[in-house]
Amino acid sequence: MLDPMLNIKDLTVYYKILRGYVKAVEGVNLQLKKGETLGLAGESGCGKTTMALTIMRLLPPNGRIVRGKILFDGKNIVELPEDEVRKEIRWKKIAIVFQGAMNALNPVYNIGEQIVEAIRYHEPNVDKNEALERAKKLLELVGIDPSRVKNYPHEFSGGMRQRAMIAMALACNPKLLIADEPGTALDVIVQAQVLKLLVELKQKLDLSLILITHDLSIISETCEKAAIMYAGKLVESGSVYKIFKEPLHPYTQGLIAAFPDIHAPRAEIKSIEGQPPDLLNPPRGCRFHPRCQYAMDICKIKSPPYIEVEKDHFVACHLVKS
Amino acid sequence: MTNDNSVLSVHNLKKWFPVRLGFFQSLIKGEKLFVKAVDGISFDLMKGEIFGLVGESGSGKTTTGRTVLKLIEPTSGKIIFKGKDITNLSPKEMRPLRKKMQIIFQDPYESLNPKMLVGDIIGEPLRIQSAGHPSEIEEKVLKILEEVDLVPPEEFYYRYPHELSGGQRQRVAVARAFVVDPEFVVADEPVSMLDVSIRASVLKLMLELVRERSVSFLYITHDLALARHFCDRIAVMYLGKMMEQASSDELVKNPLHPYTEALLQAVPVPDPTSRRIKVVIKGEIPSAINPPSGCRFHTRCPKYLGDICKQKEPPLVEVGKGHFVACHLYDE
Repeated sequence: MLDPMLNIKDLTVYYKILRGYVKAVEGVNLQLKKGETLGLAGESGCGKTTMALTIMRLLPPNGRIVRGKILFDGKNIVELPEDEVRKEIRWKKIAIVFQGAMNALNPVYNIGEQIVEAIRYHEPNVDKNEALERAKKLLELVGIDPSRVKNYPHEFSGGMRQRAMIAMALACNPKLLIADEPGTALDVIVQAQVLKLLVELKQKLDLSLILITHDLSIISETCEKAAIMYAGKLVESGSVYKIFKEPLHPYTQGLIAAFPDIHAPRAEIKSIEGQPPDLLNPPRGCRFHPRCQYAMDICKIKSPPYIEVEKDHFVACHLVKS
Repeated sequence: MTNDNSVLSVHNLKKWFPVRLGFFQSLIKGEKLFVKAVDGISFDLMKGEIFGLVGESGSGKTTTGRTVLKLIEPTSGKIIFKGKDITNLSPKEMRPLRKKMQIIFQDPYESLNPKMLVGDIIGEPLRIQSAGHPSEIEEKVLKILEEVDLVPPEEFYYRYPHELSGGQRQRVAVARAFVVDPEFVVADEPVSMLDVSIRASVLKLMLELVRERSVSFLYITHDLALARHFCDRIAVMYLGKMMEQASSDELVKNPLHPYTEALLQAVPVPDPTSRRIKVVIKGEIPSAINPPSGCRFHTRCPKYLGDICKQKEPPLVEVGKGHFVACHLYDE
C-alpha cells in the first residue's frame, strides 16, 4: 500500500491571547492519499482554517504548534526552517486558495503582476516575460480570457476573482491544493461553476485537494473523503458514502440532518441544541457532550479515543466500540 | 391577480435608483441613468402564508422587501395593504400602520443597538406606538422573551446584545418584530449569518410564531433549498423581474423557467449517491443599469429561442393552477 501523501499526526495548535490559550486544534490525525479529494467540514470557529494555515506554515505570530507532525511525502513540515518551507514546500508542493476572494487580491496591482510575483518569489530564476506568459496560460486554464491579464481586480466579477485566485495557487504546479471556503461569498450558480472548475483541474493536473467548507452538501457533491471537525477536534472521518449514509458520531448525524435536501419532500429542518463551546475553556471529556442527546457519565470525564471502526472510517465517540 | 383574502397586494412595483454621475459625464451623457433594482413585479400575499422571494445577489429581492414596507419610496406601481393603498402615504401617515408590518434584518450583529438593553430594544416599537403604560410594556416584553426561548426572561431583559450569541441575537430581532402583534412580517435572509447547527432552531421558532398568529410572512433568501422546506409559495427573481412563481412543491418538482431549472441544478445536494452530471450555465448576473433587452435572461439562457427572446419581454402568465412563468417557451 502506498504511503499517504499527507499524514497529520496528533496535531495540536494553540493561539495565545490575553486571557489564555485558545485551543484551536487538538490532537488531529488525518491522512490524504495522492489524487484524493478531502472535504473538511465544521462550523465557524471549529479550527478548520487553522488546520489549513498550519499545513501551509502560515500561522499568525500568536499561533503555535504545540505538538504533532505534518508529514508531506515523508518530510515533517513542522520542523522545517521557514526558509526551506518558502523555497521548497509553499506554493511548489502545497498551495492555498484563501477564503474571501473579494479581499484576497491586492487592488493596486493588476492580476498579471500578482501572479508573476507569486511565480518569481518561489522560483527566482524565472524571468519576467516568461512568468507573464505562464500567468496568461494559467488564466486560460481557469477559464479567463488571457488578454485580461493586465486587468485590475475591480474589473473582475466575484466569480472571476475566485478563478484568478485559483490560477495564482496553481502558479508553481503544486501537488496539493487547499481551498478554504471556495464558494462561500458567491451566488449558487457561480459557486457551482467554481466547484466544477476545481474538480476538472484536479483531474487534469493530477492534484490532491483539501476543500474546507461549512457546507456539507458541497462536500457530498465534490469529495471522496470527508472529515468532520467540532471545537478543534476531529470527530469523524471516512468516505463520503459512510459519512452521509451511515454517520456514527451524534454531531455528524445532527449536522447532516440540519442540511435540507432540495429534492426531498417538504419537511422540518432539524437543529442541534445549544451552541459551540468557547475554545479558551473547552468542556472536559468529549467536547460535544454538553449538546449531545446521548451523553453518558463517561463523556463528561474522558475524551473518547479516535478509533478506526472499519477500514478508513474513524470516529471519536464513547458510544462506538471498535 | 387581486384576491380579497390578500393581506398585501403588489402591482407592477418599480424601484429605480438614480446613478450619480460626475459633472462632466452628466454633460456628455445628457440622460439620467438608473439602477433598475425592481422593475415591475406583482404578487399577492395571503393571510397566514409564507411567501419566499428567491434570487441571486442583485436580483432585487431585498429592495422589494424594503419597498413594500415603504422603508424606501417606490418609483411607481401600487402597494395595497389590507385593502388600503399605501403607495403614497407619508412616513407620518405610515406610523399607525407600522405595528401591523415589521421586518427582521439579516445581520443580528448590526441590527441591534449595542448601547441598549435587550428589554429596551424589544420594548422600543411598543413605546413608539405608545402601546400602554411602561409596566404593561415590560410585561409584554417578558412574555415575548419567553416565547422566543430566551429564558429566564428576567435575566435576558437586562443583558446587552454583546453578551449574546448570534442565534440569541437573532431571537431578539424576531421578538422585536413580533412583540407588536404584526399581521405582515418581512424577513430578509434571517438565518444566513448563523451557523448551520443554529439555523434550524431560529427557523423553527419563526415558523411557530407565524403559524400561531397566522402572520403573512415574506421570506427573502438566496438559499433555494431552505426556501423549499420553509415556504408555502416561492417566487424566483432575476434582475428586478419575477421569472416564475408557484407553490414550493410545484416549483421544485416542475420548474418551467430555464433560470429556475439552472438554479435548481446549481444547488448542491447533501447526498453523495445522487451526484449528477451538471449543466452549469455560463456567466454571471448582468448589471441592472443596462439590463439585456427583451427577456433579461436571454444572454445566459440555455434554451434561447432566437430574436423573440431578444426583442420582446415575456409577460408573467399563469400556465397551471397558481403556477406563473415569464418565458417565451410557454407562449400560446
